[in-house]
Amino acid sequence: MIYFDNSATTKAAPAVLDTYQKVSENFFGNPSSLHAVGEHANNVLQQSRQQIADLLHVDSDEIYFTSGGTEGDNWVVKGTAIEKREFGKHIITSSIEHPAILNSMKQLEALGYEVTYLPVDSRGFVSAQDVKDAIRSDTILVSVMAVNNEIGSMQPIDAIADVLKDYPSIHFHVDAVQGIGKGIETTIFNPRVDFATFSGHKFHAPRGIGFIYAKRGKHLAPLMTGGGQENNMRSGTENVPAIAGMAKALRLLLTDEDQKVANEQAIRKAIFDHVSHFPKVTMFSQLTPDFAPHILCFAIAGVRGETIVHAFEKYDIYMSTTSACSSKDGTESNTLASMHVPDGIATSAVRVSLDENNTMAEAEKFNQAFDQIYQRFEKINS
Amino acid sequence: MQYTEIMVRYGELSTKGKNRREFIGRLNGNVTKALHGFDQLRIHPKQDRMHIVLNGDDGKAVMGRLHEVFGIENYSPTVKVAKNMDAVHDMTTKIMADIAGDEPKTFKIETRRSDHHFELDTNQMNLDLGDWVLDHFPNLTVKMKHPDITLRVEVRRDGIYLMNQKIKGAGGLPVGTAGKGMLMLSGGIDSPVAGYLAMKRGIDIEMVHFFSPPYTSDNALNKAKELTAKLAPYVGKITFIQVPFTEIQEQVKHDVPEGYLMTVQRRFMLQLTDKIRVMRHGLAIINGEAVGQVASQTLESMVAINDVTTTPIIRPVVTMDKTEIIQHAKDIDTYDLSIMPFEDCCTIFAPPAPKTHPRLDRARYYEDRMDDVDGLIQRSLDGIKISEIKSTDHFLNTDQDVIAELL
Repeated sequence: MIYFDNSATTKAAPAVLDTYQKVSENFFGNPSSLHAVGEHANNVLQQSRQQIADLLHVDSDEIYFTSGGTEGDNWVVKGTAIEKREFGKHIITSSIEHPAILNSMKQLEALGYEVTYLPVDSRGFVSAQDVKDAIRSDTILVSVMAVNNEIGSMQPIDAIADVLKDYPSIHFHVDAVQGIGKGIETTIFNPRVDFATFSGHKFHAPRGIGFIYAKRGKHLAPLMTGGGQENNMRSGTENVPAIAGMAKALRLLLTDEDQKVANEQAIRKAIFDHVSHFPKVTMFSQLTPDFAPHILCFAIAGVRGETIVHAFEKYDIYMSTTSACSSKDGTESNTLASMHVPDGIATSAVRVSLDENNTMAEAEKFNQAFDQIYQRFEKINS
Repeated sequence: MQYTEIMVRYGELSTKGKNRREFIGRLNGNVTKALHGFDQLRIHPKQDRMHIVLNGDDGKAVMGRLHEVFGIENYSPTVKVAKNMDAVHDMTTKIMADIAGDEPKTFKIETRRSDHHFELDTNQMNLDLGDWVLDHFPNLTVKMKHPDITLRVEVRRDGIYLMNQKIKGAGGLPVGTAGKGMLMLSGGIDSPVAGYLAMKRGIDIEMVHFFSPPYTSDNALNKAKELTAKLAPYVGKITFIQVPFTEIQEQVKHDVPEGYLMTVQRRFMLQLTDKIRVMRHGLAIINGEAVGQVASQTLESMVAINDVTTTPIIRPVVTMDKTEIIQHAKDIDTYDLSIMPFEDCCTIFAPPAPKTHPRLDRARYYEDRMDDVDGLIQRSLDGIKISEIKSTDHFLNTDQDVIAELL
């Protein structure tokens, strides 16, 4: 099997599952319990938090565990809206954010908040100047993703951070779900970034766990209220085994990160160089340094993305139409639409997304399969 | 830069006249303990300085340990070269290249000569090396008062020693030179700071910690032990004496009116500590009291509690503001531990309104009224446990290594 759908989810690493199981067996207590069993579980929780903070060079009290990327995005957007409603009701985001952001914005609009959706250029990039122009005196939040999940464009977080230096009271959130482990941690943790969202299952941790970074001194209203876990910011009994697994997965992810990024880049280039020569192929991802190393989005004109996915499936190669979250309902890609890609081509788009375990040999097999699939489509499509 | 030795200058030691031998001997012992594990180095305690010859051991790591030894005023990493000017010139270039940078800076050469047979005298040496540096580092100029860089050169019988840094040590007096005292260690912010300051004046401390299970948890006891481990690097290891206090606390709670609960309880603690002090051959008692912070620390309260002994009670933080104490606690890295929220035996049974101005006669009266005070004290003493705590010991979160393995 060749698994090229790592932006949808990754396979949990055996070492991570081992941790998950051992923690489940040996540290099963509730971290809030006063007795020793609870104490042991709490030790795992805090040590995991510390390890994640150390790996990202932040403080442990700046890490809050969540159920994943969607919760993190919801929390920062709505938590800011609630926390700062006295100061304003205007939010700036991009038109190519993940639905977890965009649909949170929709909900807020229904409640009377105003949202500016910034356009992107034809390559899929927001401009920092647009952010600057959109800022109003009642702007409370700017939320822009680090890496677009459909085409891999890396948004100009550092430039936006520079713009926002003059507006210290605006919360700046970076959805970093697709960005972690891709060699851009210094950008994600730009000193002006106040919040960042992460999801465990995108880097070989179990499903249902994630975390947000929230800079010390920046306040969010909690969405989950209850027993006061996570420093009263996110109630609910902590998922200790998954948290420990995620701490381990993050350590593994960031070990030899440069080498892994280089490997993904090489594989992506091998596929890009091969498929981009075919006349009916349109590349939406570029090989330039402003694209993430692991995502390659392209279309074969005249064939639906869905059909391409299934065709590759016959070769035991698994990829996706642009984003797994919206792929089932067959709607066109949000990102490509925002880039003004014509509907006819956007519906033909597919996404290859890599992880550190993919190999050059897999790229070669992919390219061979591509040749055969392309030829076949030529017959029905000429 | 590969240093060959660390030169240690004594602090107040130099002024201590006839006690000097004892002080240097003690410091030698403490340094030896602190450098335990470095196999190659040799320690040479001399009259005026101590020379630690590294023989290839890691100079940075050695200095890290020295930093926690009281009685050291400052120390300098040093390079030894052969007794000829070519070697000195060579090393001078190497040292200066490391630190001179490109910005304009000032420097001076400071020579000391104990071998008076060397070809150049002190002044000639200063001139020669000054010229050498001026010739080779155009961004440097000479300045006698407060230069940016001071290159010290010592001409000794066995070689010439060069150094450019003077790193401030922990100061104070070598631990042990002032005798032994018992520290009443609660688990709060103040008592570890008091212990640190006592050690700094040369007092060898032993911890006395009262615990009252099941009113206090294992965590409270472990926290006190962990705090002890935090203070251990200054001395190598510290004796920890845990004193069972449950029966006394229950009895006091039963027999004594609420307003005097705390006062009488503390009188018991002090009596017990004093008895342990005699057993352990200590000379004084140290605690973390400061004037006027809480009910137990008004002067009236001190009178009513201090009444049980004539042993000197040293209160190193007695006149400090809370903010000062907290700063000290942060400096010695005990603060985060101290604020962990485990009940200790001072907070359980704490009455809502203790007498802030207890009367001595009333305190004595309530204590005398209790049954079998001697028996209570004896049973407590019979139950003490004594252990040695090293800086590498861990008591809280003992699964740390197990968890680290999983992560």
